[in-house]
Amino acid sequence: MTSDRNFWVRRLHSLSGIVPIGGFLAFHLYENSAASRGADAYNEMTHRLQTLPGAVAAEILVIALPLLFHGIYGLFIAGTAKPNLYSNGYVRNWMYFLQRVTGVVVFAFILFHYWTTRLVQLTDHESLDLFRQVQSAVANPWIYAFYIAGILSATFHLANGIWSFSIVWGLTVGPRAQRRMLYISAVVFVALSVVGVRSISAFRL
Amino acid sequence: MPSSIRLSVKRQDTPTSSPYWEEYEIPYQPRQNVISVLMEIAKDPKTRAGKATSPVVYDRACLEEVCGSCAMRINGVARMACTALIDSLEQPIRLEPMAKFPVQRDLSVDRQVMFDSLKRIKGWIPIDGTYDLGPGPRMPEPERQQAYEYSKCITCGNCLDVCPQVNGRSNFIGAAPIAQARLFNSHPTGAMNAGERLEALMAEGGVDDCGNAQNCVRACPKSIPLTTAIAEMYRATTRYGIKKLFGT
Repeated sequence: MTSDRNFWVRRLHSLSGIVPIGGFLAFHLYENSAASRGADAYNEMTHRLQTLPGAVAAEILVIALPLLFHGIYGLFIAGTAKPNLYSNGYVRNWMYFLQRVTGVVVFAFILFHYWTTRLVQLTDHESLDLFRQVQSAVANPWIYAFYIAGILSATFHLANGIWSFSIVWGLTVGPRAQRRMLYISAVVFVALSVVGVRSISAFRL
Repeated sequence: MPSSIRLSVKRQDTPTSSPYWEEYEIPYQPRQNVISVLMEIAKDPKTRAGKATSPVVYDRACLEEVCGSCAMRINGVARMACTALIDSLEQPIRLEPMAKFPVQRDLSVDRQVMFDSLKRIKGWIPIDGTYDLGPGPRMPEPERQQAYEYSKCITCGNCLDVCPQVNGRSNFIGAAPIAQARLFNSHPTGAMNAGERLEALMAEGGVDDCGNAQNCVRACPKSIPLTTAIAEMYRATTRYGIKKLFGT
């Protein structure tokens, strides 16, 4: 088993990006679109989710731990890269570069986001009005921009991650299959980005 | 038509000394390639300013893109010097050694790491026995045609030079040895040792260290479908790894 360690760690990194993290991202962007129905609807939705049985255990096991593993090992992978866009300015080489950049951006964003919207609830009960909390945060144009960058980085990273996931696990082998998967990942990127940006924009109204 | 051919070469005297640039200019002749220009300069080696210098050191053998030894960076991109035609290059032509291998001198690099990788993936078919093993199994024609593409690899190293995952911070072996593992695993006799090659590809630096930037397939002078080979090895290691995990 020892010689297979690299294989399984890499594969776990690839898999964890789709299940559970990718699935959670899609769900998270979708649930937050409740913000467009107003503060009460939004706070009711978050309250309902947070009081589901086993919510905290699920939060740690299904969201936090996979994210930490994927993020920290991802930083290690990004650290082994040496981008060469200048001499090889191909689309796929750009995607390779952007996958690493968006990974770093979204990891930083998630730490900030988790700190300011979730961990703060453990100490500060005022913040149980999560809608106002986020609303006052994104009133600052810099934080709003950070949210937009974080959301777009996350959706790009997931969409492009689906493309490379399907190579890594042997689903798309030839160039034609990989091109078709590119179209699918482009649709995923646009769809999730629209949902995500609309949700955060609802806090600015 | 230009009246001269101008060359700018990144030179390095010893493996450890620091590199420097030298410029050369020779009278224009049609239908030259980078090798023939370097040979022309070597007849009377002097820089563009007229200062006497040593001839530029580089590797070459076949001059027909089969041996793989004359790979270098030409105007920033790794390619074979023998098929780099002067008339299709922007001047002054910049020649540099490939950046992913230790420089021996000038444009000559040490590609030992590629041969070490071929050893690592067991890029051969063991056919020796203590008695005559007889003819091997026949190979289906469509598979033979595909295998022929992979057998064209000349170990030039261009795919490694353009790969952002091949560098001092990573142990990635690069596209060429992965494609060779695919070649020998698809051979009916070679397939008998397929598991050993897959194990080598699953270790650190193997196929999972690929970043799917796909520069390799564009840089390959022999048009080998390298990214297809990598994806096939991803698929094979997936099956092999899961089988191993749940098997006996």
